[in-house]
Amino acid sequence: MGPITTAHYLALSAALLLIGTIGVLTRRNIVIILMSIELILNAVNINLIAFSHYHQNVNGQIFAIFVITDAVAEAAVGLGILIALFRNKETVLADEVDLLKW
Amino acid sequence: MTDAVSFYIFAALVLGGAIATITRRSAVHSAISLIISLIGVAGLYLMQQAEFLFAVQIVLYVGGIMVLFLFVIMLVNLDQAAKERQFNRQWLAALVCVAVVGAEIAYFMRKGASAFQISGAAAPSTVPAEGNTERIATVLMSQYLLPFEITSVLLLVAIVGSVVMAKKRI
Repeated sequence: MGPITTAHYLALSAALLLIGTIGVLTRRNIVIILMSIELILNAVNINLIAFSHYHQNVNGQIFAIFVITDAVAEAAVGLGILIALFRNKETVLADEVDLLKW
Repeated sequence: MTDAVSFYIFAALVLGGAIATITRRSAVHSAISLIISLIGVAGLYLMQQAEFLFAVQIVLYVGGIMVLFLFVIMLVNLDQAAKERQFNRQWLAALVCVAVVGAEIAYFMRKGASAFQISGAAAPSTVPAEGNTERIATVLMSQYLLPFEITSVLLLVAIVGSVVMAKKRI
């Protein structure tokens, strides 16, 4: 095992991003789609922190804080929408909500 | 050496938790797996001397967002959804698209590795005179003051939005 470089973190972050994207694109359950979005945002944060550490510059961590704030807002509103959807349509499956589909 | 071992342990936590999150049938199992994955990410922050973000990750993600998820999972009846198909019909097309994006990322990382020397060892870890939280606070309150204030507006919008969405009649 060699030393851990920035490239290791970038590879891990890319893998996490791809797993999250697979989750968003293939799952039917909206709760798990929202969880996959959290995975994607965490992949972005790993990337930011890796470069912040590499350049010894704290700006990347500031950006990560903003990303986390966004993730919180997104989760709160997304879950609120989910509750409203479940109350009106009695389903949490994304492909059963096809009112606008041709 | 210790660095490498802990990196691989945390990476295994992150990726294992992520894969379990998107494959489990039960939403509660997915949420627990996501917590494991997020704790792994927090460990990676700690390894890169981002102590403040480590604390934020644990408190906000594991303590805040995941509790919110678990509340909603209990509020919304997911028993019916757990019995049905878990993946939609376009899963094959989705996997192909993701594979293409993955190949693209791998290609550009390989190409950029020589240009930016990111494959070299990470910068030597010098311990700065002031703590991590202090440095973040100084920069956040001077250079990034306007984005910081705009963020509070965003949170206000999110609060109002989620309250409206959760109302009885919409």
